[in-house]
Amino acid sequence: MTEVLHETRLVVNGVPHTARVPARRLLADCLRHDLGLTGTHVGCEHGVCGACTVLVDGRPMRSCLLFAVGVDGAEITTVEGCRSPDGGLGPVQQAFQDCHGLQCGFCTPGFVTTITAWLREHPDPTEEQARQAIGGNLCRCTGYQNIVASVLRAAELLREQR
Amino acid sequence: MKPPAFAYHRPGTVPEALAVLAETGHDGKVLAGGQSLVPLLNMRLAAPAHLVDVNWLAELDEVAVDDQAVRVGAIARHARVEADPAAAEAVPLLRQAIGDIAHATIRNRGTVVGSLVHADPAAELPAVLVLLGGNMELATAGDGTRRVAAADFFLGPLESAVRPGELATAAVFPRPPAGTGSAWVELARRAGDYALCGVGALVTLDQGLRVSAARAALISVGPAPVPVDLTGALAGQPHDAADWAAAGRLAAAAVDPEDDIHASAAYRRHLAGVLTARAARAAAAHALTRQEGAA
Repeated sequence: MTEVLHETRLVVNGVPHTARVPARRLLADCLRHDLGLTGTHVGCEHGVCGACTVLVDGRPMRSCLLFAVGVDGAEITTVEGCRSPDGGLGPVQQAFQDCHGLQCGFCTPGFVTTITAWLREHPDPTEEQARQAIGGNLCRCTGYQNIVASVLRAAELLREQR
Repeated sequence: MKPPAFAYHRPGTVPEALAVLAETGHDGKVLAGGQSLVPLLNMRLAAPAHLVDVNWLAELDEVAVDDQAVRVGAIARHARVEADPAAAEAVPLLRQAIGDIAHATIRNRGTVVGSLVHADPAAELPAVLVLLGGNMELATAGDGTRRVAAADFFLGPLESAVRPGELATAAVFPRPPAGTGSAWVELARRAGDYALCGVGALVTLDQGLRVSAARAALISVGPAPVPVDLTGALAGQPHDAADWAAAGRLAAAAVDPEDDIHASAAYRRHLAGVLTARAARAAAAHALTRQEGAA
């Protein structure tokens, strides 16, 4: 069976893209396979692990639970879009390096996107709030302590930038 | 873990959506937020031939509050309803319960009406709708809209009263009576997981701050939300010293949970009692703050 292809426009990290995809193409797979942006990782594929989290019009969403056609025209931010304007590490990425917030790194893209969006609304979080903010993302390496520290460190870096 | 192929429909108006649903009948499935449907597709537990994407129907992106109720349109996201100050003031139980639905990331996309139609026995909002005595608005091509009371809407696990060809366009959550407080309490093994047991409670206080009415609705302890009238255990008692444990015993006796891999039936029944007592006590405290706020 030949599947119908749908022309789908996405603005990813500020760059307009057009992809011709079957309706069942998940946004995560569209980003990785059609657009070649492999920073977004695919973990559980049923919305539990959070590795594939991207920002859709600024809000964190699971890209494994969205069809690319369903977000036609949206602005998407992936982990590649969380770097600093000069191309170096963005504040959340820098904080993960500073605090050893990753080991294998598989879950990290989902954490970075989630935390990037969350800190915009919570610029001065407590440790308890930081812990809640990452409650929807799984990490099997770190035990989370250093990720919580990374959230607080990223908030600190962002405050220094202001 | 990739969804099966389907024909994709993106209607631009509600009548167009209803026409597609009428045409596709049993083979058509509505896609709203997709936070329950897409996992089922990815795991190939569902394989509808047609998906009708209603996310583009701006007319259904509505949270309307009047002196009777909060009306939530079919594509209003959990996060939007949770953040809406007028909705939280009119029906505080909405914000109280929505905060326990999965994680913030899921609430950014998932919809209130979609959760109701999905009718998961572990979902929060069906119990909220039942407890408040709300209703659903279901539209059919050329046949207008029928209203179905919450008590008649949840038929069983993952089974609601929506018929093939119908589109749930809105859910209506009535304001609780004056003097009423509410609370939502649930227990899950990890924050954001499905509740092992969850309880919504409404407690109404009279002028003398004694309980005049109390009700609860429980999730994850039956095929659909279990409503329990707690008035017999609490009526006439002071707001801060009622026999909450007696209310819990009523709830524990009313539910009929089953054993599963997450918890034994006996443990869920125990939780039904403990959490109902907590929810009723918290709802009474909330009623007091609502009365003080109104005074």
